[in-house]
Amino acid sequence: MLKDITIGQYFPGNSAVHRLDPRFKIIITAVFIVSLFCADNFLGLIISCVFMLISFLISKIPLKLMMKSIKPIVPIIIFTTVLNLFFLDGVTLFKLGFLKITYEGVRTSIFMIIRIIALIMGSSLLTYTTSPITLTDAIERLMSPLAKIHLPVHELAMMMTIALRFIPTLIEETDKIMSAQKARGADMESGNLMQRAKALTPILIPLFVSAFRRAEELALAMECRCYHGGEGRTRLKELRSTAADYTALGLSFVFLDAVILMNIIFG
Amino acid sequence: MAIIKTENLTYTYSVGTPFEKTAVNNVNLEIEEGELVGIIGHTGSGKSTLIQHLNGLIKPTSGKVIIDGQDIWSKDVKLRDVRFKVGLVFQYPEYQIFEETVYKDIAFGPKNMGLDDKEIERRIYEITDLLGLGRDNLKKSPFELSGGQKRRVAIAGVMAMQPKVLILDEPTAGLDPKGRDIILEQIKEYHRKTQSTVLLVSHSMEDVAKFATKILVMDHAEVFCYDTPPKVFMQADELTKIGLSVPQVTKVFLALREKGIDIRSDVYTTEFAVKTIKEYLAGHRRSLNA
Repeated sequence: MLKDITIGQYFPGNSAVHRLDPRFKIIITAVFIVSLFCADNFLGLIISCVFMLISFLISKIPLKLMMKSIKPIVPIIIFTTVLNLFFLDGVTLFKLGFLKITYEGVRTSIFMIIRIIALIMGSSLLTYTTSPITLTDAIERLMSPLAKIHLPVHELAMMMTIALRFIPTLIEETDKIMSAQKARGADMESGNLMQRAKALTPILIPLFVSAFRRAEELALAMECRCYHGGEGRTRLKELRSTAADYTALGLSFVFLDAVILMNIIFG
Repeated sequence: MAIIKTENLTYTYSVGTPFEKTAVNNVNLEIEEGELVGIIGHTGSGKSTLIQHLNGLIKPTSGKVIIDGQDIWSKDVKLRDVRFKVGLVFQYPEYQIFEETVYKDIAFGPKNMGLDDKEIERRIYEITDLLGLGRDNLKKSPFELSGGQKRRVAIAGVMAMQPKVLILDEPTAGLDPKGRDIILEQIKEYHRKTQSTVLLVSHSMEDVAKFATKILVMDHAEVFCYDTPPKVFMQADELTKIGLSVPQVTKVFLALREKGIDIRSDVYTTEFAVKTIKEYLAGHRRSLNA
């Protein structure tokens, strides 16, 4: 049951999108999101989507996987669609009692649906093609200027990396403890809310104990290897930007410009 | 009648994904009541998955699990009752301890069974004595105890439920040789006293040879063989082929036979080895004298 949870949805591959420098990928995604929200007409929106769809095709991520990431936001899509569809004033197309659907309503609904789906697809593309560890690495690099104002950037990134690393471990541990307590007759499926909350004690306490134990062991292991924070620390894998990265970034700006141009022409 | 029976038991992980893997493949087993079974096999041979089927923690993909004559997945059987009948001690069971005192932790299982306080107390004292935990430790926090003691507290928690079948998944993992022998000895004592069925998963052929009345060898998700220790260890070559080995004393006797010495090969404990060698030498001397 718990094994089905996926955090960090990296889909291994070796496409051009996978190989891009993660720092550039983050910036490109940001540029794409800006262009998505800049667009105020369909042409601009489509141009912005074309950029994302091309990247999607290059990445060779299965469509099924992408659909999976869109699924959880379907309620939000329905909610905004309903709001836009019935509550926008304008030329009435259809009327039923107090409900009316306007031309503007339909137009805005479709616009919003495309925008939300594109937004999710674009950001999922980033997480599908970049492993969580690389991602935190890139975030650390991008945030490194903030270290000048004494923000512990490296430490924050290290905490994030460790947290990500231990999520699967803790899930597995929870699974094991749950099985063990079930074997001793623990009943977690019945009873009222209070009883169920109480039934969690046999799971939470061992889980906390083991989390602290692991933390202590990890801290010790890190100290044994002379870890002393970010200062003067070098990396095994240096992030290196190549011509391809700059080209991709340039392209994303070209698309942003095109979107803005559409706004000026049709705005 | 067999207390544990499986019919074409098959379990496949992550069906329909690229990670699909059959952990238990078409297993047909019949384990008689009162047996002390050693389960042996490589990591990933399906031992752990198999034993989790026996108390209904895992639902088989296909096939049946019959405990005490009842199909545990039929509608009128409550899984919780099955779990009281088949006690399962996981690997590193000390990590499941959670109560404030040793007493309360051992009492968790029996309490879930709905036993009254008097009976629970009686069982706890009985099991504490059997496992040599010391009654004055019962009031202590389990987290104060040593590793070996914690493990015994956790095992006691399941033994106190007095299940008809007790399954232990590598109860000696991570213990020093002395601690290992003590725990195995106590499990044997528990088996002798309660006359219940005990299944013991182990990596060590030596351990299994010393205690088990029957041995179940798993290989690649299938049952390789299920028989008495002498009959299992006779297949030394086949066992070596699947990456397992026979106890070291057995190896010595097989090597002796290879050298042309006419000595029995079904020797698998040191005590019996000593006896066999003495007998052989006595016989040898007699034939020389004659």
